[in-house]
Amino acid sequence: MITLADYLILGGILFAIAVAGIFLNRKNVILLLMCIELMLLAVNMNFVAFSHFLQDMAGQVFVFFILTVAAAEAAIGLAILVVLFRNRRTIDVEDMDLLKG
Amino acid sequence: MGFEKFLFYCFAAITVVAAGMVVTRRNPVHAVLYLVLAFVSSAVLWLLIEAEFLGIVLVLVYVGAVMVLFLFVVMMLDVDLAALRAGFVRFLPIGGLVAAAMAVQIFLVVGPANFGLEAFPKPPAAPAEYSNTEALGLALYTEHLYPFEIAAVILLVAIVAAIRLTLRRRPDTKYIDPSAQVQVKKGPDRVRLVKMPAEGKVETP
Repeated sequence: MITLADYLILGGILFAIAVAGIFLNRKNVILLLMCIELMLLAVNMNFVAFSHFLQDMAGQVFVFFILTVAAAEAAIGLAILVVLFRNRRTIDVEDMDLLKG
Repeated sequence: MGFEKFLFYCFAAITVVAAGMVVTRRNPVHAVLYLVLAFVSSAVLWLLIEAEFLGIVLVLVYVGAVMVLFLFVVMMLDVDLAALRAGFVRFLPIGGLVAAAMAVQIFLVVGPANFGLEAFPKPPAAPAEYSNTEALGLALYTEHLYPFEIAAVILLVAIVAAIRLTLRRRPDTKYIDPSAQVQVKKGPDRVRLVKMPAEGKVETP
């Protein structure tokens, strides 16, 4: 019998892997975006699991909106990435110091 | 251990391994492909708990559109991989430590002690005529109609922003000016007769 805890732990492991990925690939913007996608997948996993075990449709509706926003975020993020690469010829996060921050 | 549980463990293991590959692969193209694998196997996990519509949407929209966009950008950009990998080994211990600590914390909170079968028993299986898509659509178009329309506007904004950001006017490209096109008058604007001297007689062998 699948339990709710199984799904929540799987979501937790995915989220932890994504956090580790942000630590490891902190220079590569593409991989940072992909780690954010993994985090969103982990969160969606929790929403779907709770939606099933509590028999409430609102969880799945929320996943629907998260997918929408994540798609918009990925599209704009990649567009910014392409413009950045066109101007600076690099996607290294450490080279983004035009604002002298 | 039932068959469902067996399927869950198989696909959960595939998802976790694929996620691990995503963050450790050297080649970003491989990382995107492993991310696709993670998404597909989690779509199967969603199907297992009767979220059929979202499982299919995850494969169609996410793998079919967003991940292909990622793949496209990764292949389009000619990046220096070695420079971007610098610091990978240096941050491996701290990254692993933070991830392990986070996983243990999450396990302690959401482990079987608090969210096991006693607290959340498995709900009865949906009847044969139940449609997940229909139920989701009913909720979406009645209760959550306003957020749904806002989501549509967000997508529109994303389209406009992405196109505006990446649109590039090259000075050497020839464009048609539609306004000049419709203002063309009958007569000298439309046809221009050119007088040219006739070709001389060509010798045929």
